[in-house]
Amino acid sequence: MATLNVLILVCLGYVVLLFGVAFAADRMAVAGRGKWLRSPLIYTLSLSIYCTAWTFYGAVGNAARSGLEFVTIYLGPTLVMISWWWGLRKLVRVGRSQRVTSIADLISSRYGKSNTLAICVTILAVLGGTPYIALQLQSITLSFSIFAEADSSGLYREGSSVFWVAAGLAVFAILFGTRNLDVNERHHGVVTAIALESVVKLFALLAVGIFVVWGIAGGVGPMMDRIDASEIGQWNVDAGRWTTITFLSAAAFVCLPRMFQVMVVENDDEGHLRTAAWAFPLYLLLMSLFVVPIAVIGLDLMPEGSNPDLFVLTVPLSQGNEWLAMLSFIGGFSSATSMVIVTAMALSTMVSNHVVMPIWLSTQEGSGSVSGDVRNIVLMARRVSIAVIMGLGYFYFHLSGGGAALASIGLVAFAGISQILPALVGGLFWRGATRTGALIGLSVGFFLWIYTLLLPGMGGGVMPASVLENGPFGWGWLRPQALFGIDGIDPMVHTIMWSLSLNTIAFCVASLLSFPSPLERLQGAQFVNVFDHSVAPQGWTGSVGQSEDLMIMTQRILGTIPAQVFFQAEALKQGGRGRLPEPTPGFLVRLERELSGSVGAATAHAMVGQIVGGSSVSVEDLLAVADESAQLLEYSGQMEAKSAELSRTARQLREANEKLTQISMQKDAFLGQVSHELRTPMTSIRAFSEIMRDTEELSAEEKTRYAAIIHDEALRLTRLLDDLLDLSVLESGQVSLNLGDSTLRTVLDRAISTALAGTDRKLEIRRSLTSERMPLQTDLDRLGQVFINLISNAQKYCDAPDPILTISAHDVGGQVVIDFIDNGSGIPPEAQSMVFEKFARVGFDKAGGAGLGLAICREIMQRLGGEISYLPGQAGAAFRVSLPLAHKQAAQ
Amino acid sequence: MTSEDNARQSTATRPSLFLERQSYRRRRLSDAARLLPFLGAALIGLPLLWPDGSAGEDAVPLSSAILYIFGCWGALILISMFFGFVAKRFAAREDTETDEWRH
Repeated sequence: MATLNVLILVCLGYVVLLFGVAFAADRMAVAGRGKWLRSPLIYTLSLSIYCTAWTFYGAVGNAARSGLEFVTIYLGPTLVMISWWWGLRKLVRVGRSQRVTSIADLISSRYGKSNTLAICVTILAVLGGTPYIALQLQSITLSFSIFAEADSSGLYREGSSVFWVAAGLAVFAILFGTRNLDVNERHHGVVTAIALESVVKLFALLAVGIFVVWGIAGGVGPMMDRIDASEIGQWNVDAGRWTTITFLSAAAFVCLPRMFQVMVVENDDEGHLRTAAWAFPLYLLLMSLFVVPIAVIGLDLMPEGSNPDLFVLTVPLSQGNEWLAMLSFIGGFSSATSMVIVTAMALSTMVSNHVVMPIWLSTQEGSGSVSGDVRNIVLMARRVSIAVIMGLGYFYFHLSGGGAALASIGLVAFAGISQILPALVGGLFWRGATRTGALIGLSVGFFLWIYTLLLPGMGGGVMPASVLENGPFGWGWLRPQALFGIDGIDPMVHTIMWSLSLNTIAFCVASLLSFPSPLERLQGAQFVNVFDHSVAPQGWTGSVGQSEDLMIMTQRILGTIPAQVFFQAEALKQGGRGRLPEPTPGFLVRLERELSGSVGAATAHAMVGQIVGGSSVSVEDLLAVADESAQLLEYSGQMEAKSAELSRTARQLREANEKLTQISMQKDAFLGQVSHELRTPMTSIRAFSEIMRDTEELSAEEKTRYAAIIHDEALRLTRLLDDLLDLSVLESGQVSLNLGDSTLRTVLDRAISTALAGTDRKLEIRRSLTSERMPLQTDLDRLGQVFINLISNAQKYCDAPDPILTISAHDVGGQVVIDFIDNGSGIPPEAQSMVFEKFARVGFDKAGGAGLGLAICREIMQRLGGEISYLPGQAGAAFRVSLPLAHKQAAQ
Repeated sequence: MTSEDNARQSTATRPSLFLERQSYRRRRLSDAARLLPFLGAALIGLPLLWPDGSAGEDAVPLSSAILYIFGCWGALILISMFFGFVAKRFAAREDTETDEWRH
C-alpha cells in the first residue's frame, strides 16, 4: 500500500520534473531553438488548464448525481472554440495589438484606460477566483485523505494538510509565475510545463476510463447495458440548467483570467486558433468520454454514501490497482497545480498592475521622473498578491466547511467571472459602449452574484437564515434565491438569469445615456475595427515630453539593457544620431505599449502621462473618431498642407538668405570698388598736384595738361558722389518732380543723342517711330535719365560683334511699355534678381560705373509711378520700362 | 467597334463586380465557419425536446443520449477541423501570393 510519505515524495518529484521542463523550455526559447514550443499543439494543450481538478474529480461526481449534465461544462467551451471566427480571433488580435496583460487590462484599455474599471474587474476576478482556488485545495486534500485512510501510520490531519497544500501551491506559483516581469513576453517555460500537465491528466483519466470499461465492465456493449441499468440510466436533465450551464461555461471560458492568460496573452500566433478550434474540443471530448462509465461503475461498486467526487481515485483503489490510483492522483494533482499556477499568475498581474501600481504611482505624484526600481516593486507586489490570493482560497475553504460538492463551487466561480461578459462583448463589437455603462453593468452583476449566490452558498452564518427565507427586513420580493417573488427556479439558473440580464440592461442603458471621453472613443474604434487598422491612433502629442525622463523611467521598468536597446532602435528609426529619440507621438505610443506589457495599459498610460503631461486627445481627434477614413484623410490633408506651407516658407527663407549673402558680398565688393574709384582719381590728383608743386621748370603747356587731368579726375569724383547722393535722395523720397508734357519720341530722341555722344563704340538702335507718339506727362528729365542709363548700358555691355538695341513701345492696358532689348548674351539668370540692387554689377571684370545706374533707374521709376524690370527669355539683355499714359495720369 | 469590344474593354478597365472563383469559395467557407456554432447550439439544444419520463412515456436511455451527444460533438470537431485546414491552405496561398507580388 502506498503510504503518505511515498505520495508526498511522488508529488515533490513531479514538481521537480515540472520545474525541469519549464527551465529547459525557457533555455531553448532563449537559444532560439525549439520551434515546437510555439506550435499550435502546445497552444492547444495549454488551453486545457480549463480542465481543473474540478473537472478531473468533480465531473464524475456531477455525472453520478445528475447524469449527463456535466457535459454542458465542456459543450460551452466547444461552442466558443468552433465560433472562433466570430469572437476569439478578434479577441486575440486586440490582445496582441494592444499588448494586453490581463482581462482587467483589456477592459480598462477598451474603456479609455480607466483604472477604476480595471480595479472592479480585478476585484471581481479575485473574488471569483477564490472559490475556485478553494476547490483545488479541497480536491487535493480529499485525494490525500483517500490515501491517508488506507495508511495506518495515522499522521494525517485534514486541517493542517489543507494549510500545507495551500502554502506549497503558493510557493510553487510564486517560483513559477513571477520569474520574469514582462507578462507579455511569452512564458514558454510555464506554458510548456502546463502542456505537459495537460497530457498527464488526460492520460490518467483515459487510463482510469479504459480500466473501468474494459477491465471491470468487460467492453463497450456490457458497459452501455450497465449504464442503462444504473440509477442515472435515463435521460433526465433540467432544461434550465442544461442551457444555463452551457451558456455559463461558454462565458466563463472567455472571461476567466487564467483562460485569458493562456488564450490571449500567451498566444504566439493567431494561426494557432485554427488548430485549437478543433483540437481543444477534441481534448474536451476525450476528457469527458469515460466520465459516465466511471460514475456508473463507482455507483455500482462503492458502498452507499461514499463521495462520488472521488470515484476516479477510489474505484481503482477498491480493485487493488494502486498504481492506477497513483496515476490518477497525479492527474488530479496536475490539474490543480496547473490551474493554480496560471490563475495566480493572471490574478497577481492584475492586482499588481491595477491596484498596487496605481497606489504606488499616486504616492510618487509630483515628481516628474519615477524614483526607485519599479521592477522590484512590481515583482514583490505580484508575489505578495499570490500569497494573499492563496490565503483567500484557504479562508474560503474553511468558511464553506469544505463540504459542498466540487461542481457547485466551480459554478459559483463561473457565475462570478462571467459578469465581465457584457462589458467584454460590448467592448469588442459595439463602439457605443462606454466606461460608465461597463462600470454600472459590472457593479449590478457583481452585487447580484454576491447577494444571490456567493453569500447563500458560503453558509456558516455569513448570511442569516432569516434573510434567506424571508428576504432582508422581511421584504419577501428581495429573497436572495427568489428575486421579485419568482420562486422555484434552480438557484444557479436564478442567479445567472437575473445577474446577467440586469447586468446587460444596465450596461446598455448607461452606455446609451452617457458620453464617452475622447480617449475612450479612440480605443473603442481601435477595438471594434481592429481588423481594419491594427496600428494604434496617436494618443500623445510629444515635443513636450522629456526623453531623458522617459528613459530613466523605462529603465526602471524594463531593465537597463532592454530600455537602452529600445530607445536606440527608436532613435535610429527617427534617423537621429543620438541615443535618445525625439518624443514624437508615434514613439510615445510604442513606448507606452512596451511599458504596458510590464505594468498594464492604465498604469503605463498614467506613467507616460506623468512625464509627458496629460493626454492629448483634442477636438480634432474627437471629430476624427466620428469617421476613421475621414480622420486619416483629414490628418494627411493637414499634414500635406502644413508641409507644403513649410517647404514654401523654407524656399522663401532660402531665397532671402541667398539674396542677403549676395548683397553682403556685393556691398563688400562695392566698398572695394568705391575705395578704388575714389582712390584712382585721388592718386592721380595727388601725383599731378605734387608734380606741379615740386617741379620748377614746367612749361605752361604741361601745367595746363596736368591741371586738366586733375580737373577731369575731380569731375569723376564729383560724378560718383553725385550718383550716390542722387540715389540716397531718391530712396529717402525727398525728390521733387518737375512734371512736363511731351511725347515718348521726343524723350527717346534726346536720350539717345546724349547717351551716344562722344563714344567711339558703335551701337545700332532700331526703333518703330510710329508707336512712339504716345503723350507723356511726367518728369521728362528723370525719365530721360533712365533711358540714357539703359542705352549706355547696352552700349557698354552688349557683347555682340555688331551690337543692336531694339527699342519698342506699346500701349498695354493704359500703360506705356517700352522694351529695350539688345542682341548680346544677356544677364545670367542668377544675376537677374540682383541687377536693380545698389552696387550690383554684372561680372566684376567688366569695366564701368559703381553699379548704381540701374538702382537709380528703379528708384526713379517708382517715383514716376511706373516700374522697370528685367525681361527674361529674350535674345539678349532686355529691360522693360512701364509708366502710366498721360491722360490716365491727368485723370487721376 | 462592336458592342462586344466595348464589353471586353469595360471588364478590362473596371474592377470586376464578382470575385474570382477562389476568393468566392473562400468567402463562402468563412460564412459556413461562422454558421457552425449555430448548428452546434441547435444540436446541443435538441435533447431538451426528448421525453424525460415525466409525462408517462418511456425516457430515452442514457446510452443513446451519450451516443447522440458524443456523435454530434465529434461531428462538430470534424467539421471544424476541415475548416481549420482549408483556412490554413488559403492563408498559405495568400502569403505566397503577396510574396510574389512583393518581389
